[in-house]
Amino acid sequence: MKNTDFVVRFAGEGGQGVVTSADGFASANAQVGYHVQTFSTFPSQIRGGPVWTQTRISTEPIRSSGDDLDVLVAFNEYAYNEHKSEIREGGVIIFDSGTFELEGVENSFGMAFDDLARSTGNARAANMVVMGALAYLVEIDQSILEQFVTKRFTRGRPNDQEIIESNIKALTLGRIEAENSGFMIGQMADAIPPEGEQVLINGNVALSLGAMAAGIDVYVGYPISPATPILIFMENNLPGPGKFAYQSTSEIESITSIVGAAFAGKKAMTATAGPGFTLMGEGIGLAWMAEIPVVVVDVQRGGPSTGLPTKTEQSDLLTALYPGHGDMQMPVIAPGTVEECFVAGHRAFAWAERYQGPVVVLSEHMLSERNQNIPKPDLSKVNSENRSVYTGTNGYQRYDGWELSPMPIPGNPGSYVANGSEHDGMGDTTHLADRHVQMTNRRFSKLKLLEDGTYESQNTDASIVLMPWGGSKGSGLSAYEELAEEGVDLGWYYTMYLSPLPPKLLEELRTKDLVLVPELNYMGQFASVLRSQGVKAEAITQYTGLPFKVRELASRIRDRVGTQQKESVTA
Amino acid sequence: MTSKNPEYDFKWCPGCGDFGVRRALENAIGRRTIEMEVAPENTVIIAGIGCSGNMVHLLEGDQPYGFHGIHGRSLPIAMGAKMGNPDLNVVVVAGDGDFLGIGLEHISPQAARNLNITAIVMDNGVYGLTKGQSSPTTDLGAVTSSTPYGKTEDKLHPFKMYLSLGVSFVSSTMSSQVRQMSTIMSEAMDHPGFSIVHIQSPCTEYNNTFELLKGNVRKGIPGLAYDIPEDHDDSDWDAAFDIASNDGIPLGVLYRDTTRPTLDQRIDEVSEKVRAKSVASMLDSYAI
Repeated sequence: MKNTDFVVRFAGEGGQGVVTSADGFASANAQVGYHVQTFSTFPSQIRGGPVWTQTRISTEPIRSSGDDLDVLVAFNEYAYNEHKSEIREGGVIIFDSGTFELEGVENSFGMAFDDLARSTGNARAANMVVMGALAYLVEIDQSILEQFVTKRFTRGRPNDQEIIESNIKALTLGRIEAENSGFMIGQMADAIPPEGEQVLINGNVALSLGAMAAGIDVYVGYPISPATPILIFMENNLPGPGKFAYQSTSEIESITSIVGAAFAGKKAMTATAGPGFTLMGEGIGLAWMAEIPVVVVDVQRGGPSTGLPTKTEQSDLLTALYPGHGDMQMPVIAPGTVEECFVAGHRAFAWAERYQGPVVVLSEHMLSERNQNIPKPDLSKVNSENRSVYTGTNGYQRYDGWELSPMPIPGNPGSYVANGSEHDGMGDTTHLADRHVQMTNRRFSKLKLLEDGTYESQNTDASIVLMPWGGSKGSGLSAYEELAEEGVDLGWYYTMYLSPLPPKLLEELRTKDLVLVPELNYMGQFASVLRSQGVKAEAITQYTGLPFKVRELASRIRDRVGTQQKESVTA
Repeated sequence: MTSKNPEYDFKWCPGCGDFGVRRALENAIGRRTIEMEVAPENTVIIAGIGCSGNMVHLLEGDQPYGFHGIHGRSLPIAMGAKMGNPDLNVVVVAGDGDFLGIGLEHISPQAARNLNITAIVMDNGVYGLTKGQSSPTTDLGAVTSSTPYGKTEDKLHPFKMYLSLGVSFVSSTMSSQVRQMSTIMSEAMDHPGFSIVHIQSPCTEYNNTFELLKGNVRKGIPGLAYDIPEDHDDSDWDAAFDIASNDGIPLGVLYRDTTRPTLDQRIDEVSEKVRAKSVASMLDSYAI
């Protein structure tokens, strides 16, 4: 039987071509219709330090980066030692014999990546040597890689042909080395090209494109891993009449300037990671208080303080919900896939504009750095919304009443004071008890306008259900399906709209005996949020800086369901 | 908004310098309406937190838009408003604590960008609203509620700093000089770039420098404030820095550079160079 799935990890040091090899291999296979996904993790430095990227190729849509390695490509000895335990039985190790020797290790063969590349006359073709060898191991036709090389290096430069030829030569040299090794992984089944156009993008790009589709006017951001690519995207793509994309001097400047721009009538966004999000707390409170629509993206990384800048974790949920002091609660959209990152990008704007306040998009490192093929988003299905604008004369009470009211735009009649202090209808500061009660209720009442979030469910009759959030969706769904196949009676729920939760979903969850929440943090943050809303929720946590592996997660769920069922029998 | 709003009950103390500043600001906005036929709602007053921030609620007459934000952040809010709509006349009102203490970090980048807004700084050398703590412009050794044994920090020299950072319009005035303040505010609003109107606005409660500034012949106090000589060339940065380095409080425009492009002009230049892309074409660039 042919293989339908192939997982290869490239591990080495920053600057050795680890990421370009992985991305290249993924792109080449995506071009012929395979589903591909890459996941990278690297240290917070530019050169050197341990880096690895995993590429998964499949004939089916891919949900997670894959548990076990079919092939490990080790660029140095440290990488081999670090990752060898994750190679599956029968898996193959390709090591760079120009860097180290691996003696007496079964299923391994060495080739001198750089020496082979140099022999083609193109010292930069080492990644092609590796790709050629990989293609042989899974019997992917070399012509697929050759097409990719030709496409990539046809750049209209005089030496295009020379570069293409040397790269193809490198592919061949790698293939010959693999052939001589005598190893095989088994033939990869032919690709089943997905229907419809596909794009190969990562979560940060998808989110940025979603914001573009929503009609973003202003972006201000400060560099921070892993959100920097959103700033780079906007600086490159947002220029134009009436648009403003800018690098700020701090996250405090980012948030307060987008609040100013949104006050002036623009659709404005910033993106950051945990440390920056913490700095933004006061500014987000200002947007809530003064009722100004802004979108704030937090691409989560690991740990408090500087923490783990280049690892993945889902530990900013509580701060996303409550980023500042005083009574306020953020609408939070947490995409779980690259596709959902696009949706989150435009839904966040729709929500912000609709309820006139800040909306938090909670992305995460594993999505931001995940390159994946997804169906090309259909722009005609993006329902862009705009705030209700006041068009009357002067003398308007902008904050009058207990509910949402149209917003005046500076430059037009209807002048008021947008105020971060408690205020009256006009926006003037007040300390009156009645006013604070009215305004607090007004601000919270607007959240009801956002109860249109959608959710997914399966086997809803089950009394024990699984409900991951964010990037744990993929592993969670695969684990769920594995358990369902085994006959475990388990239900499935998922939504990216974490606050406010879709009311019907919350209602259903409240009827369950146990809601299991796999999440990548120590505290069990979403489970505790659900418990505070009357759901019997319990977290399954992991805080390694890495995503869940499907097998491990399934095993933990299986155990917990078993205990619960025993308990209910005893009771 | 006071006339319309009995609920708003904030008051400045009797004799507060900020009354004069308010009058001057009303004049400057009024002049735009009358002479330039720009509606008041085209002006946005962005206030920091402190006594001075209440300016947005206390203005009489036709109302501009206001934004009473958070402490120290009026400059970046102003950047957003201005870049969101470059046609607006954006004016920051802030105190010395707000502008030079907690908000100091925001002056340098706006000077480098030459953001086309006006900042009106009401300097009373003390934190008034929190009842008398030392501020960056409080004298070394001064006894305040937070420096009971005397202030141990040197006093900040705002003018030398503004000039060093590259603020393109630097002026100095005082709150008893309503006509001069109005004129300078108007010039600052008309100035293409980042303009600062730094006003000595004494706090009658915690740091009454009124007599020190104006002088009192009977008591033999010479007075710190003096008019900048008429022959001062305000395009000469070195001459401006000399004035800023002298003792005393100069009254007038120290420096004015109208040659540098403003941030909105710089951004427009980029927009003209770069072809705007459609979302569809961006998506296509990632097609497999």
